[in-house]
Amino acid sequence: METRHKILVLDDDTDWLDLSRELLSQLPSKPEIRTASSGNRALAMLDNEPFRLLICDLKMPRIDGLQVLAIVRRRFPELRTVVLSALEDEEFRSRAYALGVDLFWLKTEMQRNSQMFFECLESLLGRDNETGFRGIQSKGLMDIIQMECLTRSSTVLRLTRGSLVAKIWIQEGELTDAETDGAIGESAFRRLLAWKSGTFENLPADPSRERTIFKPINALLLESAQVMDENASPDSAASAEEIAHRKTVWKLSLLTRAGAEFVVTVPCEGQGAIEALGIQFQAAEQFSVWARKAVESARRLSDQIEGGPISYFTAKNLERYLLILPRENKTFLVGWSPDATDGAYEKTKKLIASWDS
Amino acid sequence: MGFIKKMFRSNPAVSQLPSGSLTVNRNGKIITATVSSTYPPELLRAIGNVALDLLRDAHTAQMPVAEVTINFASLRITARELRGGAIVFLFPQTTSSSMSS
Repeated sequence: METRHKILVLDDDTDWLDLSRELLSQLPSKPEIRTASSGNRALAMLDNEPFRLLICDLKMPRIDGLQVLAIVRRRFPELRTVVLSALEDEEFRSRAYALGVDLFWLKTEMQRNSQMFFECLESLLGRDNETGFRGIQSKGLMDIIQMECLTRSSTVLRLTRGSLVAKIWIQEGELTDAETDGAIGESAFRRLLAWKSGTFENLPADPSRERTIFKPINALLLESAQVMDENASPDSAASAEEIAHRKTVWKLSLLTRAGAEFVVTVPCEGQGAIEALGIQFQAAEQFSVWARKAVESARRLSDQIEGGPISYFTAKNLERYLLILPRENKTFLVGWSPDATDGAYEKTKKLIASWDS
Repeated sequence: MGFIKKMFRSNPAVSQLPSGSLTVNRNGKIITATVSSTYPPELLRAIGNVALDLLRDAHTAQMPVAEVTINFASLRITARELRGGAIVFLFPQTTSSSMSS
């Protein structure tokens, strides 16, 4: 007799639990859906009966999702785990993957793209007889792609770096397409090979995707590796000046594509010069003094009032809308037109994620 | 006695985040405030001064701004220029205001 898999859904929102129960019970494999509204309850249920899959929210009172996942990973290593959260901060995605979850999905994304989400769940449920090891990989992107191609896999690799998202389509070990930030095909593939870090997840294969890349994967990887070596090596034919020029052109194209007016990067005091694009250097210098002072005084204020770390600043007047994002070693000051306030924070995050890649 | 102490161990006080608005004049003096009176006035003054400094420094940097917002993890402060002074709005970032889970 065929056994039905059991899925445990953990979320503190009971309406969401009801909705999940209704939606998940329509999966083709007809799994048994159980729900829990607290981490403690979920752990007790996992102790008492075997489950195949845990779908977990992150933001919950008492024990949050990350704590539950840390416990689950230690106590139930066979259990597949999926995070389904509304927290769009990429930091949570990285932290969840660092805990070894199989899939991280946003609730909004689930509503928009439910078919793909259900296919991912089916795929996780179906891996019953698969043998092998699961673990946390920390490998270069080239290694990951080569591994998928060598094993003749069919999959879609979804890559995330900060707010940038890319996808690589692999069909029976052949690279068929890539997409990132407005680019597709070989150019997208080359662009994302330059990413130094990020997270990846395997989505179900999409054989219907139109093929745009026809070169063999090894040839593409070799070409890209050569280009990266040339850029990295000081002995390469291109002079430092040429490389700096190429970088500037690349950054200007980013700026134009994003629709921002200017970008000023302000390093910490005594750690290099400011960088300004789209604005006169003298004005950028004055802005940078203001931005540096603003960040310092806000940090001091935060210590006093216990407001927590600074996420970002905004400032506006009739001429422009400014966003200031303090990062670990530099502060980004990005200028937008005054009517670009909607979504400017997300666009700024995306822009600066690409800035140093 | 040790038993009683263990049962009623005092917890460190959790500091309250300010909520409401205040107006400060050009000298940094608080003119009006709708923030709870239990909130320490010296911290309220510090908030007012930072808001004034941000607006003034922007002016000095040839970039006069009408409004500045600082988004902390748990508090949002918005300062609007008001004839040399400022009106400052304080919004604690709760789960419902910042993001829904």
